[in-house]
Amino acid sequence: MSADASFRYAVNVTPKDGILDPQGRAVEGSLGHLGIAGVRDVRVGRRVELTVDAVDETAARAVAERLAGELLSNPLIEAFTIEALGATSSTRSGTRSEIRA
Amino acid sequence: MSVRIGVVLFPGSNRDIDARNAIEVAGAEPVVLWHEDADLSGVAGVVLPGGFAYGDYLRAGVIARFSPVMRAVSAFAAEGGLVFGICNGFQVLAEAGLVPGALLRNRSVRFVSREASVVAERPDSPFTSLVGGRRPLRLPVAHGEGCYYADEATLDTLERDGQVLFRYVRPDGAVALPGDPANPNGSLRGIAGVANAAGNVAGLMPHPETAVEAILGSDDGLAIIRSFVESAAERARRGPLVGVGGR
Repeated sequence: MSADASFRYAVNVTPKDGILDPQGRAVEGSLGHLGIAGVRDVRVGRRVELTVDAVDETAARAVAERLAGELLSNPLIEAFTIEALGATSSTRSGTRSEIRA
Repeated sequence: MSVRIGVVLFPGSNRDIDARNAIEVAGAEPVVLWHEDADLSGVAGVVLPGGFAYGDYLRAGVIARFSPVMRAVSAFAAEGGLVFGICNGFQVLAEAGLVPGALLRNRSVRFVSREASVVAERPDSPFTSLVGGRRPLRLPVAHGEGCYYADEATLDTLERDGQVLFRYVRPDGAVALPGDPANPNGSLRGIAGVANAAGNVAGLMPHPETAVEAILGSDDGLAIIRSFVESAAERARRGPLVGVGGR
């Protein structure tokens, strides 16, 4: 498939509601040591930033969605959101991208 | 000729030698299966050993799931072949969807390395047939992400269909629920090992393969390894694996 443009995304992965998040609890437990009060519901996840070469934004987002759902998150325990960070370049010539499953 | 059992070697596997030793102690021939080869060399059963496959990057087991050998393992499992994932191998099977549920970070947020007691909940599975009932087995645990999780409906289904193979127990034999010191990681309903619906693929968090000789501190794991090896041998004797159900 020819790639005419590049699109940069951030995939934010967090534990699903109701899933115990011991890391979040540990962070919350440490807040007292900083003298901070009034912070709760801490959930620790991960953020993955990536660039997708594709013909257009729709195709690029489809790739990001698939990556997020099949690899970057485990749908049993995690939810994800995809954040567009904007096109990194409007045109690219002579490049081809392969999407490997 | 003794039965041949495959042991998959991922980059980062570190219990593969223990698995090979346990298979030998159980009277079978271990065969190393390289992660880049989508070929099982005609083995009668497959062990996914413990370790930190692909450095446990992203999530434990997820990168290994996409390795070439796992395509062959999935096909083998679909034909009824026996597959046994131990510790990190359990995490790989869960990520691959070959056994239900997921392994979350330990509730303590600490890596746990000690002995735990488990019981086999089924006397008749290919992984427990020689264990001799519901007696406590002392096995080592060594993991950071071993907290078994599935939603309530799935847990009910697993219990109803006999897919819960092993549970952590207290010294008095009672199931060690989350929060009990005898439950090393907070696993829901004390679950230490589960099987798929067909019964031919199982994952277990503790390490039976490092508890196969008294000199190692416990030989309680040998009955599990022997159950697996002999079940695989029996299936091999019966001929090609076609549509073999677990029960």
